[in-house]
Amino acid sequence: MKAAILGGTKGMGRSLARVLAERGDEVFLLGRDPEDLERSAQDLVPRSPQRYLVRHAACDLKRVESFGPALDAAAEALGKLDAVIVTAGLYHGQEELEEDTALALELLQVNFSNTIAFCEEARRRLLAGGGGTLAVFSSVAGDRGRKPVVIYGASKAGLSAYLEGLDHKYRADGLVTLCVKPGFVKTGMTAGLKPPPFAGDPDDVARIVARAIDAKKPLVYAPGIWRFVMLVIKNLPRFVMRKIGF
Amino acid sequence: MPSAEESTISGWGGLAVPGREVFSEDLVRLSDGAVLSRGLGRAYGDSACPPADAPVVATTVLADRILSFDEETGDLRGEAGLSLRELNRLLLPRKWFTPVTPGTQYVTLGGMVAADIHGKNHHVEGCFGAHVTSLLLRVADGRLVECSPEVESELFWATVGGMGLTGHILEVAFRMRRISSPWIDAESFRVANIDVFMEKLEESAREWPMTMGWIDCRSTGANLGRGILYRGKWADPAEAPVGPPKAKRRIDMPFNLPNWFLNKGTVVAFNETMFRCHIPAKRSGIRHPESFFYPLDKVLHWNRMYGSRGFTQYQCVLPESAGRGSARRFLEHLTKELGGASSFLCVIKDCAEESQGLLSFPMPGISIAMDIAVDDRTQKLVDDLNELVIDMGGRVYLAKDSFTRPEHFRAMEPRLDRFMEVRAKWDPELKLRSAQSVRIFGDPA
Ligand SMILES: Cc1cc2nc3c(=O)[nH]c(=O)nc-3n(C[C@H](O)[C@H](O)[C@H](O)COP(=O)(O)OP(=O)(O)OC[C@H]3O[C@@H](n4cnc5c(N)ncnc54)[C@H](O)[C@@H]3O)c2cc1C
Ligand SMILES: NC(=O)c1ccc[n+]([C@@H]2O[C@H](COP(=O)([O-])OP(=O)(O)OC[C@H]3O[C@@H](n4cnc5c(N)ncnc54)[C@H](OP(=O)(O)O)[C@@H]3O)[C@@H](O)[C@H]2O)c1
Repeated sequence: MKAAILGGTKGMGRSLARVLAERGDEVFLLGRDPEDLERSAQDLVPRSPQRYLVRHAACDLKRVESFGPALDAAAEALGKLDAVIVTAGLYHGQEELEEDTALALELLQVNFSNTIAFCEEARRRLLAGGGGTLAVFSSVAGDRGRKPVVIYGASKAGLSAYLEGLDHKYRADGLVTLCVKPGFVKTGMTAGLKPPPFAGDPDDVARIVARAIDAKKPLVYAPGIWRFVMLVIKNLPRFVMRKIGF
Repeated sequence: MPSAEESTISGWGGLAVPGREVFSEDLVRLSDGAVLSRGLGRAYGDSACPPADAPVVATTVLADRILSFDEETGDLRGEAGLSLRELNRLLLPRKWFTPVTPGTQYVTLGGMVAADIHGKNHHVEGCFGAHVTSLLLRVADGRLVECSPEVESELFWATVGGMGLTGHILEVAFRMRRISSPWIDAESFRVANIDVFMEKLEESAREWPMTMGWIDCRSTGANLGRGILYRGKWADPAEAPVGPPKAKRRIDMPFNLPNWFLNKGTVVAFNETMFRCHIPAKRSGIRHPESFFYPLDKVLHWNRMYGSRGFTQYQCVLPESAGRGSARRFLEHLTKELGGASSFLCVIKDCAEESQGLLSFPMPGISIAMDIAVDDRTQKLVDDLNELVIDMGGRVYLAKDSFTRPEHFRAMEPRLDRFMEVRAKWDPELKLRSAQSVRIFGDPA
């Protein structure tokens, strides 16, 4: 597989890039900081059985104009695009977002509108090449409106809805859209938070996602237990949701 | 989120101090203004714990990238949080191994340098620091400094074994070793007592690159210091299994066992079984590298076996100059002093040349390490053992220590002044500190 990853420098994206490189896939990195991208690229080379060189291009979710050229650079370097993966995303606590509307807007833009704009650029290119996979990290936080993640959750709920619609609309044309819903996973994003009982490991998430890509699944919870946790949460009556802090 | 006041942090022995960890992939940012770096927290005592007045440590584990690896020479450069487990997972099947490994693979490159770790092959390869070609440090004034045995060598050798007190290690470059196969050709046999042990270790060192012994430190009289000697070398490809070794399954100990679990009875029984069950008296054959190097890693969080009271490891080295009888004298003293204290693990290893690291632990002689469940007698036990070790001209290992008194450490360490001089040069205000440096070196807190 030849895959471009936006967000492969850190967290679950780093893990996923490694899993793909180690199983022989050819990877291209998209991200904000060229120097940091180069360090991540070097980390992947010795992991690749074929010692594929890993190249990268600048792409910032805050700058819509960077999306097209970055994806073109990826397609050109790889020769063709089989998959585009987005793990990049932004998290801020609800208190912080309530105090600072500009920050809330930035988060909504990065996680929702600009991620969708990026996916649109990717969709066009994948379809033009006869199809492929678009795998995007949303979150369990989008499954139900909850007190600690009102705004962040809204950004992911919107993203999840978009990804589902896209999968319905274009699957017949060969474009598979995978919506990844991680539960709490121990990465830099959550480092300041107290981990809940089922906190996941980014390497485990990466293996689950790689398998879901292969299986052309439209939706995957990772770690898997979150599917059941969210099933319960989604079915809790409103008066309960109003009471609990979760 | 717990406040800094409520949250605690501890070394592998589980003795907690107030504090918390901060994490980032970006060590340049993370180390900015930090008092101490921490890796995987496998140091037993308080070396990776923060001082009371600045209760935050910068944990490096998210900074785990390989920055370059030359498959011709084995030269590898990695971020400080890169773990030995990850290196083994990736490179052992390809017949590359770190020149030195400790008894667990849950350590980071930063921790391996800061403790200047030693392994079963100390008598041939020395400590890890001897194989390090360069370090990128953030020193106390905020500058980034590249140091090596050639450039800023004083800073380099103070950092190797310097327990994080000279600077935050951001990157480590060293040379990996080519091995003949990823399997171990091993031998182990029962040893009747400590005198035989000393003989056999010395004899084995001449032909085997890796040696160490397990001692039943509950044995007394004619059996004093009986145990099992393990020795190994990388297997000849012709004798080794064809494929690479598969990663071993781990089990986790999810919570603390009750404090009574390890008591005199269970410990005596464990040691007896360990000795008796080594059947036949001599075994040899091809072994999985993980079970040879890291038998304890089979159970993740095995430290919880000691319960909530925690434990410490006492590790000292008795110098050659104290004579061959020194290990016997030490064990005699120990069995007398140990009383009801329980130690189920006691490990013995001969050490060769002293490292150039200003505070590196090993020196030519014999190293003895044992786990001790902590209770109100532990301080006195450590004091007594330390007095004996001082008497013999030996010293203790900072990476394991929780109880050594400053005056005892000073008496063991003629090199301490030199270390403090270099430290003062790079960090005159002693910004970089640990709970251990406050306790032992008298740093402000
Ligand atoms: C089961 C077991 C077996 C062991 N066997 C051996 C053995 O055979 N030989 C041996 O030598 N040791 C052994 N050890 C001790 C262990 O190897 C050392 O304590 C090692 O330093 C732990 O690495 P870490 O990454 O967990 O570091 P930590 O425990 O987190 O830190 C240890 C020290 O290193 C410093 N440090 C860590 N990272 C950095 C950094 N990036 N920059 C600056 N300072 C840093 C810390 O401040 C602290 O002083 C063993 C430990 C265990 C639990
Ligand atoms: N961790 C969790 O518990 C959890 C739970 C549910 C969902 N998620 C979602 O899963 C995804 C991955 O999370 P993670 O925990 O792995 O995050 P992470 O460790 O914080 O990594 C985030 C990645 O996104 C990139 N990124 C951030 N802003 C960007 C921008 N403006 N332009 C380009 N790249 C940008 C970062 O690149 P830089 O290197 O440039 O910073 C980094 O590589 C996110 O979408 C997150 O919302 C996470």
